[in-house]
Amino acid sequence: MTTTTIAAPRSRPPRRGRTTGRSNYELYAWVFMRASGVLLLVLIFGHLFMNLIAGDGIKAVDFGFVAGKWASPLWQVWDLLMLWLAMIHGTNGIRTIINDYAERTGTRVVLKTALYLAFTVTVVLGTLVIFTFDPCPAGASADLLPSFCTG
Amino acid sequence: MPEAPAGTLYRGREGMWSWVAHRVTGFLIFFFLLVHVLDTALVRVSPEAYNAVIGTYKNPIMGLGEAGLVAAIVLHAFNGIRVMLVDFWSKGTRYHRVMLWVVVGLFVVTMAFFLPRHLGNVFGGE
Repeated sequence: MTTTTIAAPRSRPPRRGRTTGRSNYELYAWVFMRASGVLLLVLIFGHLFMNLIAGDGIKAVDFGFVAGKWASPLWQVWDLLMLWLAMIHGTNGIRTIINDYAERTGTRVVLKTALYLAFTVTVVLGTLVIFTFDPCPAGASADLLPSFCTG
Repeated sequence: MPEAPAGTLYRGREGMWSWVAHRVTGFLIFFFLLVHVLDTALVRVSPEAYNAVIGTYKNPIMGLGEAGLVAAIVLHAFNGIRVMLVDFWSKGTRYHRVMLWVVVGLFVVTMAFFLPRHLGNVFGGE
């Protein structure tokens, strides 16, 4: 008597798709553009209202004005969040534009390298400025400084 | 002579032009952002350096530039909401044209509020 071996039923079928090892990177980028876009609408409209509409608008913006705002943790966090979200949102937008119009691989590599360099320099510089800001630098004339420096 | 296919979302008309406007405004805003972080960074150099550079933002030509920048931001922001409604709202694609005219209407109202205020600050007396 011979036995016949039958493959176990309902065995897992071979996986379909996802065989190239690609990630969901572009999906996350797409979601990020929408999520950050909503936040940026609030952050930037608030920023424009404070700096261009309230009081004397652009005429009132000077060192003392910036120092007065950054004396409050609210505006420090506001500006930090705005910097990071806007830079990532904008950099991803420019990346999309480069991918659309730069047809040669070499051109894309050069443009994206420049883009990511600009991103890094701008974000690092901006973050350092917010965290190391000194509202009352020594040796500056008092009439340029916010009132709390002399008080 | 072959005719161009009709009714394609991105072939001309409102859908394509709003996409072009979104791309152009986003591109411009990004480069202003780079400049704006650099000018703000001057607060770490000295109050004089920052005031000198921010002073140039107060002359009439730069004032008009700021009006253009705000216009670009407002259009990009409102059209961005429209893009999300097209993506996530079940009737979004059906009403994308109507929503563009709502965006244009909101843009006009916002600028009608902003421009007199801002240009008054820029061109008005001390």
